[in-house]
Amino acid sequence: MTYAFVVLFLALMCYIVYFNIVRAKTIVNSPYNQRQDAFADRIIRGTLTDRSGNILAETKVLEDGTEIRNYPYGSAFAHVIGYSNAHIGKSGLESVENFELLTSNSFFLEKIANDFRGQKNMGDTVVTTLDANLQQAAYNALGDNKGGIVVMEAGTGKILAMVSGPTFDPNTVEDSWDYLNSEDSGSPLLNRTTQGSYAPGSTFKVITALEFMREYSDYENYTYECSGQIEKDGTTIPCFNGNVHGHEDLRASLANSCNASFANIGLMLDKTAYRQTVESLLFNKKLPCLFDYSKSLFQVTKDSGTAEMMMTAMGQGKTMTSPYHMALITAAIANGGVLMEPYLVEKVTNHKGAQIRKNVPKSYKKLMSVQEAAQLKSYMHSVIEEGITATALQGLSYSVAGKTGTAEYSLVDENKTHSWFIGFTNVDHPELVISVVIEGNDGDLSTNAVSIARQVLDAYYN
Amino acid sequence: MINIVVELSKYLIIILMGVYTFSCFSVFAKENDEERKWVLLRQNILMFLIHFTAYFVIYLKIQEKKIIVFYLAQVVFFLLVIILYRILYPKVSRLIVNNMCMLLSVGLIMITRLAFPMAVKQFVFAVVGTSIGLIVPVLIRKIKGVQDWTMIYAGIGIASLLLVAVFARYSGGAKLGFTIPGIGITIQPSEFVKILFVFYVASSLSKDASFKNIVITTAIAAGHVLVLVLSTDLGAALIFFVVYLVMLYVATRNPLYALAGIGAGSLASVVGYRLFAHIKVRVAAWKDPFSAYDSGGYQVAQSLFAIGTGGWFGMGLYQGLPDSIPVAESDFIFSAISEELGLIFALCLILVCVSCYVMFLNIAMALHNQFYKLIALGLGTCYVFQVFLTIGGVTKFIPSTGVTLPLVSYGGSSILSVMIMFGIIQGLYIVREDEEENIEKRRERQLRRSGYSKKKNQKRTQRREKTTFEEVPKQRIR
Repeated sequence: MTYAFVVLFLALMCYIVYFNIVRAKTIVNSPYNQRQDAFADRIIRGTLTDRSGNILAETKVLEDGTEIRNYPYGSAFAHVIGYSNAHIGKSGLESVENFELLTSNSFFLEKIANDFRGQKNMGDTVVTTLDANLQQAAYNALGDNKGGIVVMEAGTGKILAMVSGPTFDPNTVEDSWDYLNSEDSGSPLLNRTTQGSYAPGSTFKVITALEFMREYSDYENYTYECSGQIEKDGTTIPCFNGNVHGHEDLRASLANSCNASFANIGLMLDKTAYRQTVESLLFNKKLPCLFDYSKSLFQVTKDSGTAEMMMTAMGQGKTMTSPYHMALITAAIANGGVLMEPYLVEKVTNHKGAQIRKNVPKSYKKLMSVQEAAQLKSYMHSVIEEGITATALQGLSYSVAGKTGTAEYSLVDENKTHSWFIGFTNVDHPELVISVVIEGNDGDLSTNAVSIARQVLDAYYN
Repeated sequence: MINIVVELSKYLIIILMGVYTFSCFSVFAKENDEERKWVLLRQNILMFLIHFTAYFVIYLKIQEKKIIVFYLAQVVFFLLVIILYRILYPKVSRLIVNNMCMLLSVGLIMITRLAFPMAVKQFVFAVVGTSIGLIVPVLIRKIKGVQDWTMIYAGIGIASLLLVAVFARYSGGAKLGFTIPGIGITIQPSEFVKILFVFYVASSLSKDASFKNIVITTAIAAGHVLVLVLSTDLGAALIFFVVYLVMLYVATRNPLYALAGIGAGSLASVVGYRLFAHIKVRVAAWKDPFSAYDSGGYQVAQSLFAIGTGGWFGMGLYQGLPDSIPVAESDFIFSAISEELGLIFALCLILVCVSCYVMFLNIAMALHNQFYKLIALGLGTCYVFQVFLTIGGVTKFIPSTGVTLPLVSYGGSSILSVMIMFGIIQGLYIVREDEEENIEKRRERQLRRSGYSKKKNQKRTQRREKTTFEEVPKQRIR
């Protein structure tokens, strides 16, 4: 009995220590905590920079002591860096890293000197993984289009660029707050890369192909005779633009993005196993993500009918996902099946640059086997080199593997479409992973996701 | 400039507290009486140093003369307590006296920082409480027959709890007590009924541990708990329940009773959860205080912000926002302390409380009279379990039950009842010392009488008594 109490107290103390080491930082960052604003009375909010030190957000102190948060790149980093405003709150990294920015790890003598003079201490600097040039390129490429672009490093999980449109200027967010929240503004405050929810379109064929490979070990012998459409139980699915692809194997089906062939594959799949595979790729699951995001949805069950299976297999149906999630899956394919935990903060330094904390790449989850990843990689390379959907990415100074998508979003007009591209560069040793969605592009070739992806990648490699 | 003093004082206080806490346990290992005395004296010095440093910072921050007056009054008070105990009761455990002063002073520091008028009230409570606490050991020693008033304890106890359940107004979701109009002091009968309850159980079980009597005692104990549950004073109900379980187990040494009790307790908590919306709210707030922020999670969320923001070393006095924690001066004082004085200090505070408990157990185990033994054990359990409930609650280790941290939290009834509890246990310590003296005298007498009897016999008795003689003084810590 007496030991019971000793054990209780030991457990309690261990819990308190655990709480302080592991949980405290997240809890302290809660928007309900007014204490952070109390920090601001004694600390000048720190700086956010990109990976090479370009300032993305800084606090300028005017002569009369008022502090102004300045965003040198304007709206280019609006969603990922976010804003910090005393009246309307915080978003993006300004919100996630609030605690670091309002903590000062300055040299202690400097702190003491500041205390003596009654001056504020300088908050720490958060060095992000973002690449300002790449972000600017993606921002320019997206232009006035609605949509989102995510660029990551395949081997590390570092997020290099994250752009969402329409956007806003964090420097003037307070003044334009009413407009930004009005209905006709097109929800510029929404970070479409993580919070957007789109039908994946043909990009989902990569996932269907993975499931097919898992169920049929002789998948390489699969053949299909495409006549431009497939009909089963009263549902007819045509190929894009009524193309007739003729005789094709799995590789060609993917390269041609043949709807009929994939609808046919959908009918061959085991529904339960299909759902398991898709869920293991984090559909219907939590994503590793610092920001608010919408969970991806996959709704096939063992009771799903013929039409739903055919539609789902080619990427329509009820499946929903975000550009960010598709980037993670692509990154895993590029990285031999292992998804590296995505991250946005390279390190935290004091305002003089002395390192306080550094994030290192770590693996998050193995999404598929090395062989499966290699096979999908090879197929996605064929999509670019042999297919007709992404000819814009052929014959460049860098090699690309990827998959395009055209997702219908209108029930009545099949020409109303979103444009998708997922892919990665330098196929033998993957470097950049890119995921692009252009909303309501409606088939316009000059602004489709492939050409926008190319503009981003060109800016990086040339 | 003041910032630097505050900043430095923070570390100084942590170091002093660390040394104090260490001595709370190292004193048990000291064999030599002289060494022990020195350690205990050093504890007093450490306490006064912490007390001075903290009030110095408070004065720097507020710059009001009343702080100096208040500080000096406290110094006189603590000196008096320490000296009076030494003069009046040279036999009491000085470790307990020191810890008592330490806990009181920490509480006073924090309450002064939070709300000066409350701190003054608390100080008055402390003076009254200590005065009563000083009389209690005499009563324990002198009054005979306390063991026989079994039903009187139960009668008064249940009657006052019923009074609260029927007539008291709800405050913070529970019926706790009555407010005396005019002075604004609330009396919480359950704080005092705890003591009566322990006396009742000890008296009943020490006289008769038969199955029949156990059933009757359990029924009456369950009555207490039930009335408390009805007035939704869950913290107190839980304390009564656990205290009864521990006492029953120690009185009978039958693990079956303990298991049955735990089973019944689990069942009761499930039923309680289903029946009372009040309990559901608390549990929801515990599971995720942030999503239940507007429906009861607010308190725990604020408490966690405070603890998390304070970190290991705290923000320093007046550098945090403990005012944003609801009832920071009473139920949530641990969070306020963590925020401004730091988690290291707070962990030390827990250890000081545990050291008190260890000392109580020591006393209980050395008592030969079953009634006294059960009382010491019951009151000790009462104390330590309350500490666990309050700290566990504010750190989200367990659902918050709304009980105070004994001696540290603001609250008249709480201070008075804990002082009485400490007084009783100190009284029992003296009783134990008396017992030991008697044993020693008896032994001497026996030795003298049997001095010329058979040598073999003498050797055996001597050896046997020698071992008991060696065991007991080890636990004698003054």
